[in-house]
Amino acid sequence: MKAASLSRRVLLVVSVALFAGCAHKAMAPLYMWEAFPKMQYDTLLRPGVTPLEQVGAMEAQAEKARAAGAALPPGFRAHLGMLKLSAGDVDQARQLWQAEKAAFPESTPYMDQLLKRLDAPVKKDNPA
Amino acid sequence: MKLIRVPPWAVLAFAFLSGCATKAPPYDYAAFMKAKPATLLVLPPVNESPEVNATSGVWSHATLPLAEAGYYVLPVTLVDETFRQNGVATANDAQDIPATKLREFFGADAAVYMKIKKYGTSYAVLASETRVEVEARIVDLRSGELLWQGRAAATSAEEQQQSQGGLIGLLVTAIVKQIIGTATDASYRYAGIANQRLLGAPRYNGVLPGPRSPNYGKPPAAQ
Repeated sequence: MKAASLSRRVLLVVSVALFAGCAHKAMAPLYMWEAFPKMQYDTLLRPGVTPLEQVGAMEAQAEKARAAGAALPPGFRAHLGMLKLSAGDVDQARQLWQAEKAAFPESTPYMDQLLKRLDAPVKKDNPA
Repeated sequence: MKLIRVPPWAVLAFAFLSGCATKAPPYDYAAFMKAKPATLLVLPPVNESPEVNATSGVWSHATLPLAEAGYYVLPVTLVDETFRQNGVATANDAQDIPATKLREFFGADAAVYMKIKKYGTSYAVLASETRVEVEARIVDLRSGELLWQGRAAATSAEEQQQSQGGLIGLLVTAIVKQIIGTATDASYRYAGIANQRLLGAPRYNGVLPGPRSPNYGKPPAAQ
């Protein structure tokens, strides 16, 4: 009985080791994600309702990333900018969308479209 | 009877190794390698399940694996807002917008078209199962060419399974659990695992690593 359970344990260790060999080595993550995917989920679930309570958590995460020298994920600054805009803070929104562009130049065309609207909010241009 | 004694672990090890060796034929990455996309627009996933939260669940989990794979992913919450402000009401409508229009407005190199085949918990007499199944196609918005497609699933049942997917699944589960922390509903959690399997890189026959990945430009994952 005892020997059987021991050999079963050895078997498990060996098979896990083998699997680890098959699986790719985990790399260090490129970005500090924390609850950002969950925040995006919560925002998508309630269209039209901007969860302003996320602002505090996001600013804390940004501070933590700065202290740790970690990179914030793509879209983090843009999402925070959208929350700021909902709270009526146009200047902060503009700054954050500019920051998204600076951190990820790939975002420039889209951020420029959003910034253009920010400066002329009455005019509605249609992408479709 | 002097048979050679083969220890049971050796039999098992052999079984595992052969499990690694048998696999689907390698994906043809010619178009993907030529296109070299850097910026991805993930469109709202089309939901074929009865669960109303499925689109949000899968969409919100798409950014992490693709960004960690080395791509810039346009912020999904702002993309959602843009679509709604422009009268694009459903995921189907969004996925029907011509590639050139998407390219013009969002400036992305490629779009990710996702479809949710299963999402939710089915309750049975003996055991309930939470299952998420997703498909994805990556299409170049400059040429309209299909660069990659794949599908993946994650289920609560695999923790009991003996198959290769079972144990690898457990490893992935452990990793994703750490990433997403405590999520409210089970389907949301399995959506994270399914998306990691579908869109994470490098994976055999998976999405190629993008420009921001240390694996960018290396040959596709060999196993």
